[in-house]
Amino acid sequence: MTQEDLTITDPKMKAHGVNVFYGEKQAIKDVSIDVGTDLVTAFIGPSGCGKSTFLRSLNRMNDTVASARVTGQIELDGEDIYAPSMDVVQLRARVGMVFQKPNPFPKSIYDNVGYGPRIHGLAPSKADLDVIVERALVRAGLWDEVKDRLGESGTALSGGQQQRLCIARAIAVDPEVILMDEPCSALDPIATAKIEELIHELRGKYAIVIVTHNMQQAARVSQRTAFFHLGTLVEYGKTTDIFTNPKQERTKDYITGRYG
Amino acid sequence: MALTNDHTVKAFDEDLNRLRGLISEMGGRAEQALLQAMTALKQGDLDLAAQVVRDDKKIDALEAEVEQLTVQTIALRAPMADDLREMIAALKIVSVVERIGDYAKNIAKRVALMDQTRSIEAIPVLMSMSNIVVELVHDALDSFAARDAELAVRVTVRDKNVDDFYNSIFRTLVTFMMENPKYISESAHLLFVAKNLERMGDHATNIAEMVYYVVTGERMEERERGETPEESAAAEKEQG
Repeated sequence: MTQEDLTITDPKMKAHGVNVFYGEKQAIKDVSIDVGTDLVTAFIGPSGCGKSTFLRSLNRMNDTVASARVTGQIELDGEDIYAPSMDVVQLRARVGMVFQKPNPFPKSIYDNVGYGPRIHGLAPSKADLDVIVERALVRAGLWDEVKDRLGESGTALSGGQQQRLCIARAIAVDPEVILMDEPCSALDPIATAKIEELIHELRGKYAIVIVTHNMQQAARVSQRTAFFHLGTLVEYGKTTDIFTNPKQERTKDYITGRYG
Repeated sequence: MALTNDHTVKAFDEDLNRLRGLISEMGGRAEQALLQAMTALKQGDLDLAAQVVRDDKKIDALEAEVEQLTVQTIALRAPMADDLREMIAALKIVSVVERIGDYAKNIAKRVALMDQTRSIEAIPVLMSMSNIVVELVHDALDSFAARDAELAVRVTVRDKNVDDFYNSIFRTLVTFMMENPKYISESAHLLFVAKNLERMGDHATNIAEMVYYVVTGERMEERERGETPEESAAAEKEQG
């Protein structure tokens, strides 16, 4: 793996020697990677390469899979997220997640965004919650489209709006990291462009890690790109280098469409 | 992963092969234009010179075709990594080859301006110089076709010989002009021919540098130039 030119001086998350098993099968093999605080990091690779599995190990989403087992070290601000003392609910508020298919709660737009802050005790009063909900919707670029119908069901929105609602929901609990697992694969190009613009806007406020099948998207939105293949991290580098001059043959074959 | 040089999308390979074919044809025509222009100059063959001027249109047309195909391929295939580098190099290489064609045409146009009853000793030296330039252009384009970075480096090194030739011919012609003031017009034309050949050598090294970039992804180290800055300045001063 190539580590040159990786100037991540202030990593938000550090993974070291991470292995993930599903039962007997090893899905991730000895992956070490630093995620930059002010950067968008893209994970690319063919289906089954382990990129989503690895992403999910960053906020212990794999805990929900009974057969899954994670070894190695993953730190958030130097804190071991797999330590027994780690509060998983708190962790997932700090490391939020957006999924492939928009999954708003069958509740109002307002409640979709307000639910998290309320249960995490971030909003002592209704007025506080109003402020949080508005700020999250503004940041997610959805406020102007929904401000007059906050009481309507979140599921009534278009797909792209639903996805931005899910991003607003992740933002509302004031996370430090946002993980996105193919957030645009169910969206049309216009809605995709809006999400990409949003990712650009959110950069610097949150560390962002995005898994995408769309290499052009990785090239457009990220500053660092990691290429996974067969459960290993093949190459990790600046996005501009990965797409113009990858160091590894396997990376080159994948991004130039010679894979397969 | 099956490692192969072919793209999963076969039509992409077809586009790339067509692009390489066009560049190769264009390079072949530029080489031929130079050879014919020099032959016409040596033999005072006005018909051959006229043909070089006519054929240059085909080189220009090939450049336009490569540009169109490259833009199209970038738009439709979104090439990455070495494929992307090849697209960029293709655009630059064809504009350089087009310039080489123009220099050959320029040499051909001078044939009619020479008085063939007078023999000038610089002409055989110019022929030797042009042989080296033809080789350089040929090898530069071969290095592109073969993705051969080492051959590309050798082209840039050998360009020094062309520069040496130029400096030598320059001095010869200046001396000749002083001794034979009646031949100043012809000698001046031959000076331009020598300069054109020298520029073509530089263009061959430009191609070689692009090839190096395509193959390695890196810029070629500051090449062994044919002249030190002092020599270069002195040459400029002499000409000035």
